[in-house]
Amino acid sequence: MTAPRWLKTAGFYVLVAIIFLQAVFPFYYAILTSLEDGQALFDVNYLPAVFDLSNYRSMLADGVFGKQILNSVFVATVTVAISLFLAITASFALARIRFRGRGLLLLTILSVSMFPQIAVLSGLFELVRAFGLFNSLWSLVFSYMIFTLPFTVWVLTTFMRALPVEIEEAAIMDGASSFTIIRRVFLPLLWPAMVTTGLLAFIQAWNEFLFALTFLSTDSQRTVPVAIALISGRSEFEVPWGNIMAASVIVTLPLVALVLIFQRRIVSGLTAGAVKG
Amino acid sequence: MSLTSDAAATGALTPTKPKASRLSRERIRSAWLFLAPMLIVLAAVALYPLYRTIYFSFTDASLDLLGEARWVGFRNYLEYLDYGNGQGEYFGLLVDARWWRSVWNTVWFAVVSVALETVFGLIIALVLFRKFPGRVWVQAAVLIPWAIPTIVSARMWAWMMHDQFGILNDMLERVGLIDTPIAWTASPETAMIAVIIVDVWKTTPFMALLILAGLQMVPQDIYEAAKLDGVPPFRLFRKVTLPLIMPAVLVAVVFRALDALRVFDIIYVMTPNTDSTRSMSVFARENLFDFDQFAYGSAASTLLFFIIALMTISFIYLTRMNLEGDER
Repeated sequence: MTAPRWLKTAGFYVLVAIIFLQAVFPFYYAILTSLEDGQALFDVNYLPAVFDLSNYRSMLADGVFGKQILNSVFVATVTVAISLFLAITASFALARIRFRGRGLLLLTILSVSMFPQIAVLSGLFELVRAFGLFNSLWSLVFSYMIFTLPFTVWVLTTFMRALPVEIEEAAIMDGASSFTIIRRVFLPLLWPAMVTTGLLAFIQAWNEFLFALTFLSTDSQRTVPVAIALISGRSEFEVPWGNIMAASVIVTLPLVALVLIFQRRIVSGLTAGAVKG
Repeated sequence: MSLTSDAAATGALTPTKPKASRLSRERIRSAWLFLAPMLIVLAAVALYPLYRTIYFSFTDASLDLLGEARWVGFRNYLEYLDYGNGQGEYFGLLVDARWWRSVWNTVWFAVVSVALETVFGLIIALVLFRKFPGRVWVQAAVLIPWAIPTIVSARMWAWMMHDQFGILNDMLERVGLIDTPIAWTASPETAMIAVIIVDVWKTTPFMALLILAGLQMVPQDIYEAAKLDGVPPFRLFRKVTLPLIMPAVLVAVVFRALDALRVFDIIYVMTPNTDSTRSMSVFARENLFDFDQFAYGSAASTLLFFIIALMTISFIYLTRMNLEGDER
């Protein structure tokens, strides 16, 4: 039963290697495929055999894809800016002021974040059309609030609760109004939390599919997830896999870079958002 | 888990009682002022649309004639059509075999994928919890699947699972596990397996991180004591570690389960129009926008909402979540 020590260590490192490989391999293979063209695509390679940028060139030369990237950048940035702005005052109230109904309110916000998106789709579709926002990027900025807002409020509330009371007391004694306290005391302390929350909300908005698929109808208005989902060939045998992989790498590489740079913050932000309580 | 600061805040302010109460009244008023914009936006994007979805499910609304929707009662859910000759038939969502198939698919998908994610997440968390050279790199690598957009992972895996040129079949053939290529996404027997593989690959990192956070909260002196007493590692894990991280694991499981029940993207992109993988969300969207059955699709959305709401409520009740963050 008791295996020798070196065997245990070896087993552990094999496990580590498996975990590493399974996580990295599919993305590595997407990059590999994106650099192949023509016939090379249909030979299975495990190591880079060719280095051909023509898939990237054909994706980027086609002006629509560039426009679609800008659409995604616009939607995600504006969504995050508005959510953070609304969430900062709201989370101050939820974290720092005791009032009746606070628990119920937090519960409501939590349950909104658990809404199935499909449950609001018909109602949102009606609203979007009534406001004349159909096929406009603003329809996405508006509808994405349903998941970015509860998330940012929830995480910022958790972060704000963790700050010590003394700083706030001193400001109250000096007669500062609540708004001044938020602006002068909490905002400077909350920068790191806001960067984390903003980044996570950005990723969610960047990746959203269902609303973008439903509320936008023309190619030049689409965001990148929908664009990638809709790339198809004339028949099952003509699917341009090289182009699809090139587009996938283009929209994913920045995200992977951001996640790796902000790794620590993201882990703490995710856990603050989920394991509260 | 130090969320108890504001209890101390009010305690500190009580000595000057009359002033404090005026102050706190002002603060409460400003609290609602601060909350108002956020609450108004949430009501506009969540509550009102939800109410409209439920309303549409009781009408005969169609995509182009939303404004002229007429109330039809429960007809979208269940209706008995009398043929007048003593015979009749039931219609509606509650007797729709395609709907029940999608309910079954969704539940099956959720149970299998969340179970696998929990096991793999636990293994990865335990590995990352140990200190070893290069751990930072492995942790970074583990985050990559999570960072990749769902649509992109669906496309990437669809390519890897290609029946003729896919690398997955190539690997399995080389190892000798299969001798003819599998049509992963195209054949009904494997379509669900394919979807589950992608979902497990993509979301296990999330599970692993949450469990890792739970592990890091376990006081380390327990392990030193156990080491001195010579408790075997597996027993230590079963008797000490597992019970201590159980709350974190449970929260992660519930979050993932609620997420899995509304699955849409992966299935819509990888295996469109297959009875064997159609989920409740896919069913609802097909009816809403592809089949011109807006009211019927709304009814399906409404049912899905109530299923998830029921689960959420029972989860909050069962775990007795402490929402106030104090009085503990």
